[in-house]
Parts: sequence; structure tokens; C-alpha cells
Amino acid sequence: MCALVESLRRPFDFAPDTEFTLEVNPDDVTPEKLRLWRDLGINRLSLGVQSFDEPELRFLKRRHTARQTIRALEQIRTAGFRNLGLDLMYGLPGQSLKRWTETMKTALSFAPEHLSCYQLTIAAGETPAPPSETPALPTPFARLAARGELTLPDDEAQRDFFLLTGQFLRDHGYVHYEVSNFAKGERYCCRHNLKYWSHTPYLGLGPAAHSSMAGRRWWNHCSLQSYTATLAKGELPVAGSETLTPEQLRLEALCLGFRTREGVALEIIRQFPGWEAVLSELQGSGLLQLTAGRVAATPEGLVVADRLPLLFVD
Amino acid sequence: MPNIRNFSIIAHIDHGKSTLADRLIQWTGMVEDRQFRDQLLDTMDLERERGITIKSNTISLPYTADDGKEYELNLIDTPGHVDFSYEVSRALASCEGVLLLVDASQGVEAQTVANLYLAMEHDLTIIPVINKIDLPAADIEGVKEQIDRELGLDPDMAILCSAKEGLGIDEVLEAIVAQVPPAKGNLEAPLSALIFDANYDSYRGTVVSCRVFTGQVRPGDLIRTMYNNTVHKVEEVGVFRLTREPRKELTAGMVGYIIANIKTVSDTRIGDTITLDANPALKPLPGFKEVKPVVFASIYPISADDFQDLAEALEKYKLNDAALVFQKDASAALGLGFRCGFLGLLHLEIVQERLEREFDLSIIMTVPGVRYEFILADGREVTVDNPMHYPDPSSIKGGREPFIRAHILIPERFVGAVMKLCLERRGVNSSFSYPSPGRVEITFEMPLAEVIIDFYDRLKTITQGYGSFDYELLDYRPSDLVKLDILVNSEKVDALSMIVHRDKARDWGVRVCDRLRDEIPKQQFKIAIQGAIGGQIISRSTISAFRKDVTAKCYGGDITRKRKLLEKQRAGKKRMKMVGAVEIPQSAFVAVLKTEIPRSLCACAFLPDQVPILRLLFHHFSRVNPCLPGSPGERGATLQRHLPRFR
Ligand SMILES: Nc1nc2c(ncn2[C@@H]2O[C@H](COP(=O)(O)OP(=O)(O)O)[C@@H](O)[C@H]2O)c(=O)[nH]1
Ligand SMILES: [Mg+2]
Repeated sequence: MCALVESLRRPFDFAPDTEFTLEVNPDDVTPEKLRLWRDLGINRLSLGVQSFDEPELRFLKRRHTARQTIRALEQIRTAGFRNLGLDLMYGLPGQSLKRWTETMKTALSFAPEHLSCYQLTIAAGETPAPPSETPALPTPFARLAARGELTLPDDEAQRDFFLLTGQFLRDHGYVHYEVSNFAKGERYCCRHNLKYWSHTPYLGLGPAAHSSMAGRRWWNHCSLQSYTATLAKGELPVAGSETLTPEQLRLEALCLGFRTREGVALEIIRQFPGWEAVLSELQGSGLLQLTAGRVAATPEGLVVADRLPLLFVD
Repeated sequence: MPNIRNFSIIAHIDHGKSTLADRLIQWTGMVEDRQFRDQLLDTMDLERERGITIKSNTISLPYTADDGKEYELNLIDTPGHVDFSYEVSRALASCEGVLLLVDASQGVEAQTVANLYLAMEHDLTIIPVINKIDLPAADIEGVKEQIDRELGLDPDMAILCSAKEGLGIDEVLEAIVAQVPPAKGNLEAPLSALIFDANYDSYRGTVVSCRVFTGQVRPGDLIRTMYNNTVHKVEEVGVFRLTREPRKELTAGMVGYIIANIKTVSDTRIGDTITLDANPALKPLPGFKEVKPVVFASIYPISADDFQDLAEALEKYKLNDAALVFQKDASAALGLGFRCGFLGLLHLEIVQERLEREFDLSIIMTVPGVRYEFILADGREVTVDNPMHYPDPSSIKGGREPFIRAHILIPERFVGAVMKLCLERRGVNSSFSYPSPGRVEITFEMPLAEVIIDFYDRLKTITQGYGSFDYELLDYRPSDLVKLDILVNSEKVDALSMIVHRDKARDWGVRVCDRLRDEIPKQQFKIAIQGAIGGQIISRSTISAFRKDVTAKCYGGDITRKRKLLEKQRAGKKRMKMVGAVEIPQSAFVAVLKTEIPRSLCACAFLPDQVPILRLLFHHFSRVNPCLPGSPGERGATLQRHLPRFR
């Protein structure tokens, strides 16, 4: 860990307000490690909590227990981390809205600065990435679902879960800044996340990491073996890349923008023929709103955010 | 005059007509063995693949008989389908005799009988030939008995052959020489030649196939067509070998071709008589008939940009198929297209497939229909072959629809099932005959509209492949007709409207609504699909709005994946048609026509020869279901996928 951070500090100049996040699981956390992480300059932790319910944790095949999580949370605060994000999972088979609300309440009792609430979905209908790219690994859930051993809540129930989550957390003072992401005030929006959705340049290091700059995107080998082998040859461990056409950039601007509170700049929307009719229709049906030259999805719009771009393209 | 024999081969489909023709060509030394390829006369890809003869073909075979004399045997190969029965009748009118071919394992079938009647009408010498005697399932004695009892021919005269193995071919050739009367005709009389076919040659224009009955014709002559009344100057005459072979003249008794700078085949009529302008025949040869389309459907390009291409393709196609008629048509749902008239369902399918294959077009075809007659309150009578022109219902006093007489030949055990099918299809006035023990011929009078969709398919299914079917047009009869409209969120989808009998409206309404419900993707709002007659809703189904469409995570690699999905959806959207605010994919229009793949068809595997099964399947996938989606290649792949189940 020390060596890794050391090797990062050598080539890169860290700005004083650098967001330096470490993703950890509750069973990784000890007071010693926490001290070490602080000493290394890590100023934000993202904790893979998932749930505070034992049967749910077992279903999700997590190594940790709810008690471990609670202890980890206390230790993190004691160690002085003032920027903490929790990852939660909802929409599990058999889960009720009430139980999910309980989970959120427990999470809020630790006053996290950030929450990522991921609805359990099976990526159906998505095009599998060609082998050259980072594959969307079939999750164990997808496999279960394919065998008919897993039934998720239906569309209507998923919608209820989603809307309830947004409403509950907004009511408790969180900014709903992306489909699954919430922050306790503007300054706790995760900068690591935001950059993905605004075509900001980023560099990803390590196997399977994605990078992007100036309309080009590239990704590293997934397997550690080919990653190190390429490096050993003195080459970049890049597995593939794509250069986006202006058209593709526009398309991505829509599909990323409609997932965020920031939305899409009206100038971009204007480049789609017939945009006026579509926009006014979607405003009318309460899915989009236009404020200060930006078009963003309403909470109702977020539930169908992946569909919205399609309505603007011909 | 040379020793000429003009003859045709007639048979039920798949009994070996093309194979025997090949063998005769090979036997008479027209081609060397190494040049030989199967089914020489079926020149179109489509003909080879489907194993059916679509166009007539003619070939002149030089033959030295056992008596040492030279003969010219003119084989006129006829299209093997009821859609083209008029063309068949003109080809037969050009002959003096026929070989009536019967498959030794299948026996006499409906088309065997129908073809025999045709030949008898023309007073032709009929030589029965039992083919496929090499098959283990060949039942020569049984077939002889059928020839005796069902056809009334002398079974002892039947020649036994195997076209495939080349057995009995000499006997067939000798029988043609001995039994078919020599072609004769008065050389001195004015020219009269019967047009029995016309083909388009891109260099020479129309090549007219004809039989000269009297007189003679040479290059330079001015000829007149007696019905069409056009005059042309003859450029070339000749006979058909494997290719065209020019001659100095065609004389009475001969079969050959005339090239006379005729631009399209539509400028000639099959059955017309050619005579000399300067010295015309007194009257034309008998039997001319105006061929009228009986089945109608609209064709639209899948992409509206392709309309011009479709228009050009139809013009070009028409150069070689005078029977196709078309005129511009416009649909609110599908854009600009053409309303087309066909001789029958097979003709329709051939046109569709050739447009896609030879002109590389993606087209969509509406549900085929027939031409209806309506008597209006003011006494006027109108004919309607396009649902869009259905008269104002309040002005209609009565309707009429075309009826056919169907002849169905089946093993006795299927009588109940076939009766039921025919009654469902509004069959009336049935009669039965028992041509031989265990076999039944059922005749029914039925509306043509009831047999053009699905009928043959269903018949084959319920008779496990043993039923055969043929029909002739009868007349127009009073009928309670209504127009069924399909509404999507209250907007009429004009391309899906159809004229149907009132009793069938609900079934169709339910079928179309259900198919559409399965094909139209969920949209932002609820979609109501309704079938309606006038203001009355007779069927309905609904598609709920999509309620959630958002993935939880969108980081790193998800972004590229997401964009690609969007690009794919966008491409799909280009193929959608807007009806009001609802996007309807092309596949929905196609699905309305699609029939299920009947499982029972799989039961055909017990037929003795594998090939007919494949044929049956192919017919099923590409012929009986004209609208099976996908390119011919994709359909082929579908077929391939299903094959293992039948082995
Ligand atoms: N075993 C056998 N098969 C034959 C014979 N003649 C034709 N066939 C097969 O029967 C099928 C139909 O033949 P085809 O000539 O296309 O029939 P058509 O539809 O009457 O022209 C083909 O698969 C032929 O190979 C024969 O004498 N013996
Ligand atoms: Mg054939």
C-alpha cells in the first residue's frame, strides 16, 4: 500500500484539495490500517456496506456481517475520516420497501457524507462488449436469473423502490446528483464519479482501468497476467481504444447527462433535429426540466433515464 | 417437313418432371455428360432451389429412332402450378401429346388428375409413365391400378422408368415417336402461330415462343398479333436447342421462337395468334383468354428512400412477367408503394422473392386479398381490390366475392379433418368420390379469399403431407363483407385494414391485435390496439407503458457499452413506422402475416424420400409463408436450424 502511494506521488503533483478515495470493505477495516491510510493522505473512504440485514448479506455473498460494518463505521469516524461514502444495495428479491427504508435509516444514523444506492438489476438487453474490451462479467446474479432461480421485483415495484429512495434521501438533506448517487451537500459530490459523466479527462491505472482524454477512450488488459506481460515488454498495457466522433460525443452527452442533476446543456440538445417538440413533450409529461440553459431529468425522468436520449435521436 | 413430335410432360409437383426432362436432353446427346448439371430447363436460381418450374421452357431434341429415321422432338416444359394454368393450357394447345408422369411411391394426386383433364380437353395423346421405380417404396401394381381406376387410362400402356437412374428412357423416347401424332399443318395456308410463352432478353427484346399451325414465317416478314393488333417486323426466327438456334424459317408444325423488336413481354399476350400482315389468317386460333390477376397485395419499401428503386425494379421485373400488374399506392403508415395484382399466391411469392433476391430490395407486403364486388344503393357496381378503396358502408347494398372449386385428394383416414378445415374456410356444396379403395376426392366450393392464406399449409399439415390440392375459379357470389380496421391508440393503421367476411372478422381482429401486442415494444405511454368494424370494436389488446429503464451503474467501461446499445436502438428506430405517436417496428407488420410452424409437419419424416421433406419444409418456410421475415439467406438459415428435428 505504502509503495503504491509512494509510486503515485513521485510522478504526480497532488493538489492540496485532492480527493483521495480508498474503496474498502467492512472486514478490511482495523484501527491500524485506518491510521496508515490517513498517514498516506487518503481523505475519503468508500465503504461497501450493501446492507445491514444478515440474510440479505448472505444472499449478496458478502464476507462481512452487519456487526462488523457497524464496528468499522465507528472506527472510521474515530480515526477522523470526515468524508465517508457508503455503498448500499436495494431491490433484492423479497425485500419490502419498509425493510429498505430501515436499511437507509441505519445508514443515516452514521451521517455519511455520501451514499451510493444501487438497485439490483440484471443487465438484460445490454450488448455484451466484444472480447477486446472490458467484458461485462456475468454476475452470479445474472447466472441465477438465467436459470430462473432469481426473480427480481417487477418494473412497477422497481420503480417504487427507486422513487422512494430518492424521495427519502432528499428529504434527509441529500443531493440526488446522479441516478444512484447522493451527497450531503454540494461539496461532497464525488469528483471521481462526476468526471465520468462530463467528458472530463481521466487516467485509470491498473488492470481493466479505463482512461479518457480529448474524445479518445482506452482501457487496459483485464487479466493481471497480460497486463504485467505487456508492461514487461515496455509497452502500455492498453487492450483497446476508441475515438469518438462528434456525433458519438453528442450521443454520450445525452445519455450521461440525463442521468445527472447537472443535466445536458441546451446547446447540445439544440443539435438534435426536432428537439423542440420532444423537449416540450417531455417537459409536459414531467420527465425533463429546463433551468438556466440546462435540461435535466426530474425524479420521474431519472427512472427512465436510459430511454430519454433515444427520444431525441431520429 | 421433318418428322416432328410436339409434347409436354405433365405431373403433380415433385413427381419428376424436371428430372425426366433432363434425362431426355442427355439421352438425345444435346449435352455432353460432363457439361451436365441438374435441371437444365429450370434456369432461374429460384426454380432450382424451390424445385418448381416457374417459367415454361422449350427445347428441340434431335432423335434417331429405332426405325433409323431422324425426328425432332419438341419438349414444351410447362409451369407446374395452378396459378399458371392458363399458360399451361396454351402450352398444351401447342402439343399433340403428353407424358403423364406418376410417382411410383406417391401415386396419383390432385394435380395429376387436373393435368389429365387439361390434356384431354386438348384432345392430346396421353402416355402414362410411372417414374421413380427405383425407390424401395415404389408400388408399381398399386399405381397401375390407380391409372386404371382413377385416370381411366390403359395401365398396360404405362412405361416404367426411373428418371434418376436413367431406366426406361429409351422406351419413353420410342413411345413419343410411335404414339404422339406427327405434327402437321397446311404450309400453303396463311400463317397462324400460337404464342405460348414470351421471355425478355436484354439485348434482343421479347423472344416469343410459338407453335406454327399453318403457313410459315421468315425474317423480314411483317407479322400481326390478332388480339393485340400490333404489327412488328421479324428480325430472327429459330428453334430452341440448349441456346437459341436461328433458322431461315419456321413452318407449319414447328415449335420455335420469333424475335421482332418487341420491347417488353407485356406487348405480347400469351394465347394470341401471330399471322402475316400482308396475308392474314381468317380467324385467330381458339382459346385466347385475357389473364386477370386474382390475388392482390401492396408492396412497400422498408425504407421510404427506396421507393424509386422499387419502382424501377418492378418495371424491370415486368419486362419478363406480363402477368404482374401494379399501380402506385400510398399508405399513411408505410408511405409510398404499389398495389399489385398476381395470378395466385405462388405468383405473389415468386414476385416478392425475386424482387428481394434479384433486385436486392427489402420490401414489406400487406396481407393478400382478392377482388371484391360491391353493389351500391344507387345501383352502381364497383370492384375493390384494395381495402383502402372500400366504399362508404352506408352506401353498400350488397357484396360479392370470388369462389373457387377445390379438388382435394387424400387418403380416406383424413376425411374428417379435411372436411372440418374446409367448413371452417366457408366451404359449401361438397361432394365425394372414391377413385380407388382407400382414397377420397373431396370437392368443395370455397371463397378464394379463404384459400390464399394458410390453406395449403394447413392441408399439408393435417394430412401429414399426403393431401394434394388443386382449384379452379368459379364465379362471384353474394357475401356479407365488412372492412376490418386496426387502430393503434385510436389511429387507424391503413396498411393493416382488410376486407373480410363478417363471420371471420373477429378471428382476424384477435389474431392481428395479439400479434401486434407481441411485436410493438413498450413505450412511454400505454398503447391500446383495437380491431374495429366501422365504429364497433371487436377485439383489443394493450401494451403497458415502460415504467423503469435505467441501469444502476455507469462508470468506466459501462459508458462505451451504453453508447453502443443506444446506437443499436437508434438503428432499430430508423426502421420504425410512426402511427400517431406510436412507433411500430417493421417486424410487427410482417408478424401479422406469419403463421406458426406447425409441429405436426415434423411428422412427415416417414416419407420414403428425404428430398420431398426438405422440399416441403422449404415450401413451408419460404413459400407458404411468403412473409417469413428476413432475407432469403436468413430464411435459409432458419431452415437449416430446423432441419435436424426432421431427421
Ligand atoms: N428416386 C428417384 N427420385 C427421383 C426420380 N425422378 C425424380 N426424382 C427426385 O424427385 C424429386 C423431384 O423431382 P423433379 O424432377 O424436380 O420434380 P418436378 O417437380 O416434377 O419437376 C427430386 O429430388 C428428384 O431427384 C426417380 O426416378 N427416382
Ligand atoms: Mg420441376
